[in-house]
Amino acid sequence: MMSDSTFLPQSGLAQLLTELAAGHRIIGPQVEQGAVQYRSLQGAAELPWGVRVAQQPGSYRLQRQGSERAFAWANGPQALKPLLFAPRESLWQVVKTAAGLSFSETLPPPERLAVIGVRSCDLAALALQDRHFLQGASPDAHYARRREQLFIVAVNCSHPAATCFCAASGDGPNAVSGFDLLLDELDEGFLLTPGSEAGQQLLAALSVSGVTPAQRQQVEAQRRAAAVQQRTLPSSSLAGRLLELASSPRWQQIAERCLACGNCTAVCPTCFCHSEQEVPQLDGEGSEHLRQWDSCFSAGHSLLHGTPLRADTAQRYRQWLTHKFDSWHQQFGRSGCVGCGRCIAWCPVGIDVTEELHALCGDEA
Amino acid sequence: MSQFNLPHEAEVVERIEESPTIFTLRLRLADPAVHAAYRFAPGQFNMLYLYGVGEVAISIVSDPEDEQMIAHTIRQVGRVTNGLARLQAGDRLGLRGPFGRGWPLAQAEGGDVVIATGGLGCAPVVAAINYVLRRRERYGNLIIMQGVKHGDDLIWCDQYAQWAQMPDTQVLLAASEGGACWPYHVGHLPVLFEHARLKPESSTVMMCGPEGMMIAVCRELLGRGFSGESLYLSMERNMHCGRGKCGHCQLGGKFVCQDGPIFSYPEIAPLLGVKGL
Ligand code: SF4
Ligand code: SF4
Ligand code: FES
Repeated sequence: MMSDSTFLPQSGLAQLLTELAAGHRIIGPQVEQGAVQYRSLQGAAELPWGVRVAQQPGSYRLQRQGSERAFAWANGPQALKPLLFAPRESLWQVVKTAAGLSFSETLPPPERLAVIGVRSCDLAALALQDRHFLQGASPDAHYARRREQLFIVAVNCSHPAATCFCAASGDGPNAVSGFDLLLDELDEGFLLTPGSEAGQQLLAALSVSGVTPAQRQQVEAQRRAAAVQQRTLPSSSLAGRLLELASSPRWQQIAERCLACGNCTAVCPTCFCHSEQEVPQLDGEGSEHLRQWDSCFSAGHSLLHGTPLRADTAQRYRQWLTHKFDSWHQQFGRSGCVGCGRCIAWCPVGIDVTEELHALCGDEA
Repeated sequence: MSQFNLPHEAEVVERIEESPTIFTLRLRLADPAVHAAYRFAPGQFNMLYLYGVGEVAISIVSDPEDEQMIAHTIRQVGRVTNGLARLQAGDRLGLRGPFGRGWPLAQAEGGDVVIATGGLGCAPVVAAINYVLRRRERYGNLIIMQGVKHGDDLIWCDQYAQWAQMPDTQVLLAASEGGACWPYHVGHLPVLFEHARLKPESSTVMMCGPEGMMIAVCRELLGRGFSGESLYLSMERNMHCGRGKCGHCQLGGKFVCQDGPIFSYPEIAPLLGVKGL
């Protein structure tokens, strides 16, 4: 794939963003409230130049280093999920008149977004969310409208965090598909690889040059190094295995630490649960039907006739882990985890899914 | 926009009081073309929307070939159903659906149909019973077994008496606390098996009710030589979207709203009786 790559000097990044800005609103990583977050990007200067991120169970810390790179960090608290599956949005509204009820859909306004800095794990998560929201008897129109417009500039991960295990899940650190354009970042610039017709066109507008053998070697070494990660998953597939461990004492042990805060589900790029709710307008003339991210850690999630079916934290944690790593195989033909490590870093008490899985499956980490 | 994402306006044509907490709404979709195109199978459900309050998943009890009306028997158990209870003929509501997979009524043709239900007003099996009774010639014996907690809880007493009069139909009722005038059996539902004329090799069993009751029925029937494949259960879970997206109804790897709510026993046997799943 590197064969159709070209080289863009660091100074050319501004040109890339200008070209992109011609047809899109650009979303790019920026430092905000102590984390790298995807926000509207006005120019290359706003990127997190020289920023590194140290992640450990229960901990996410920015470190500024002298490095002249913009993408030398693994990830922030959110992947692409909030850009496509909005944390809270209106699905439809209804107006009450003398003649009756009139329902109408409240679709988001069409907007062409281009996201720069997307990681391989997040592309894998995007593919899973696409499958969930766009396939089946009832595709989601809200998600579809945003998804159709999305242009993706991915970056191969050169600095995975200690919490990352995309190599073990098979979802990174190097992107193979699902992007329009792919970057490999070097100190002096970027290797650019097109992944779509649109990406090819963008490339054609840039002042690029051929890749030198030295640059190619450097990128290859960087790709190999990023794949060396500490955290692992149990060696054989977890499909059907965790459900069989439903009565393991381990769930209760985890529940003694877990706060049931739902942070893990909120940062997980594949979690799709949401609740629907009604917001009547104050004038009494109409009402709006909303959806909002929900979590299997909330009492309301499993409510049946007024009582939560999953009564305690042990049952809720079991639902989270069993769904993500076991039932997901039945639903989507693969695990629901792309190895991004967010749930590990953003868990306030540092519960580590990889450690729990090894413990549950009785093998050593 | 599909009928699954956006509600259609529906009109209450008739409201029938079944018990102090159970009522039936007979509905017609406001747009005649939409109403004419509406198709469903017994055991499927709709999401009913009450203006300004929200939606709730309710099984359809009318006959799929009844072109006039879509009927729902509803128990008052929460905010939306309490509000729906106040609707009168002429009132408007929203309807999305139908959702899910219904009873295996085509597959059951030619054999006996055994219905086992527990608890109050089990609408999904009422749809199956009525379906079979209206197409009596296509099925063998119909055996209806219902267990309730207290004799006074039984609704549709007249209907049970009526069903019992139909040819080749056996109606068996059990209450764990019979009460003074309870003319039927006393005990939990499985006491009825002694009296049911069961043919394990040529029956389809359809059940609905509390999970514990259904597990007991499955165990009993498997012990009496029924195959797992002949047993069908109607499952209940929290439902927000009805269309396999919101995640609330999950039971193991199943989305009850679209993979169910009717499941064959082998499909969900490993998930039954696991607390908090
Ligand atoms: S389960 Fe954790 S590591 Fe896996 S995709 Fe979700 S947040 Fe990332
Ligand atoms: S595992 Fe951690 S992040 Fe998830 S609910 Fe428990 S305490 Fe919160
Ligand atoms: S009710 Fe939403 S997924 Fe089943």
